[in-house]
Amino acid sequence: MDNLHQLTIHEAHRLLKEKKLSSVELTEAVLKGLHKVDDKVRACVTVTDEQALKDAREADKAIAAGDIRPLTGVPSLIKDVICTRGIRTTCSSKMLENFVPPYDATVIKKLKAEHYVILGKTNMDEFAMGSSTENSAFFVTHNPWDLDRVPGGSSGGSAASVAADEAIYALGSDTGGSIRQPAGFCGVVGLKPTYGRVSRYGLVAFASSLDQIGPITKDVTDCALVLNIICGHDKRDSTTAPLDVPDFTRALKPDLKKVRIGVPKEYFVRGMQPEVHKAVDEAIKQLEKLGASVDRSVSLPYTGYALAAYYILAPSEASANLARYDGVKYGYSYRDSSNMWESMEKTKQNGFGAEVKRRIMLGTYALSAGYYDAYYLKAQKVRTLIKRDFEQAFQKYDVLVTPTSPTVPFKIGEKTDDPVQMYLSDVCTLPINIAGVPAISIPAGLVNGLPVGLQIIAKHFDEAALLRVAYAFEQATDWHTKKPALA
Amino acid sequence: MSLSAEEVRHIALLARLGLSEEEVEKFRTQLSNILENMEILKGVDTADLPPTAQTIALSNVYRADEPEPSLPVKDVLANAPAQEDDSLKINAVLE
Repeated sequence: MDNLHQLTIHEAHRLLKEKKLSSVELTEAVLKGLHKVDDKVRACVTVTDEQALKDAREADKAIAAGDIRPLTGVPSLIKDVICTRGIRTTCSSKMLENFVPPYDATVIKKLKAEHYVILGKTNMDEFAMGSSTENSAFFVTHNPWDLDRVPGGSSGGSAASVAADEAIYALGSDTGGSIRQPAGFCGVVGLKPTYGRVSRYGLVAFASSLDQIGPITKDVTDCALVLNIICGHDKRDSTTAPLDVPDFTRALKPDLKKVRIGVPKEYFVRGMQPEVHKAVDEAIKQLEKLGASVDRSVSLPYTGYALAAYYILAPSEASANLARYDGVKYGYSYRDSSNMWESMEKTKQNGFGAEVKRRIMLGTYALSAGYYDAYYLKAQKVRTLIKRDFEQAFQKYDVLVTPTSPTVPFKIGEKTDDPVQMYLSDVCTLPINIAGVPAISIPAGLVNGLPVGLQIIAKHFDEAALLRVAYAFEQATDWHTKKPALA
Repeated sequence: MSLSAEEVRHIALLARLGLSEEEVEKFRTQLSNILENMEILKGVDTADLPPTAQTIALSNVYRADEPEPSLPVKDVLANAPAQEDDSLKINAVLE
């Protein structure tokens, strides 16, 4: 069989189940595809060829014994911010370049119980701080649709790898848009679950009240299949919700009868590219055709304050979380001084890149004596208002739809010298993390050969509503089948 | 909003983050610019509003205190920059 690497999870699963394909054959094909294009795309920090084949043989044994589940034997890539026991987990930082976790993240434990196959770890903005994957301390990842452009970030490696068929699916993490924005830029499906839906145990912490792990997949069905496995309460993460996890594939229906959709006008921001606006308008018309009622006059009045609030809240949490990298317990350590403070200061100076330092500085300032009330506490109160905006909207609408990003992917190097411009590329995604609600980005158009993402947002714990709308749209369109022409 | 080099050095000291002189100047300009963009929040009336630290309103999460094996010391120390006798080796704290 040709083009095995282009299969979706559900297509691969059917072939594995019917014994028309083994996991070893599939894994070999995907690895071959990965090695063929990754010197151009550069999505992977670590490729675990041997471990992948070992996992595949284990999966084949399980399948032979009649134990096959939707993810069994299907090869995946994992963002390098998620701890994998015995496999280097770098966060694309010099600080953790040689860090080999002694334990698995909860999501990895859950995937292992399904007999998953790991192909390796994907590149990202250092410690998940960034919107382009240019902040990786190792190398820049390229957008498979145009290698001169960024894949988005911070989960740029995961999104680019799925778009380039280097993996059947990938995991990412999302603190302010880090799954959805790169998924939108790379023309794949990416979902940020409700805060508390997926355990953060073993996810290297960036901003603990905003971080969530989620799937990056080739279609919406696959997204539901991965979500089914990774969600759920975890005693090792006390912020996970003690709720049952529904079978998300049951939400996948081909029509949108009785679905109420709101379009918040604040998301069609100044500086938005007209072609992106047009593509999103077309997508919304499509949702109407499928039977949904659409209200285009919705207002979430505090949207305009989300960016400022986010860049106080997230760096504040980051400055506390990253204080642990002191050169004592693990990670890079400056050893040429006998003075404790000097060692610590030099460890951070040499171990962290510019964006991480910038955010540590920003967060430390916002939390420091004399500024705490004016910045951090103020931002937390604005957070209350942003959350209420969403709560009010969801009394009237089942989902809200917006662009995922105001622009198509930008050129590598275009925004690296201007942090404020870079931060603006997440303007449509970060209010969602502030409110803790779930959202998905799906492929909804191409502008000059570059992908446009449609973002769908639902109320807390209603991932099913996202998947229903996304699936109906996908069934009626063919954007998700478009592939970049990687020579 | 414009930070002085002195303020930048003070913040770096609080974070125990070493900075070169070039970094002090770069961050002085960039952080001033970022903070200027945050002035917008001052215009929001937040009187009588509670702050939100966490969005799904779980509180007082308890679980049974059941002992279970910890990670082996050897595994945990495998990533240590320096160790001795099953301990982390660090610079003297008191001199």
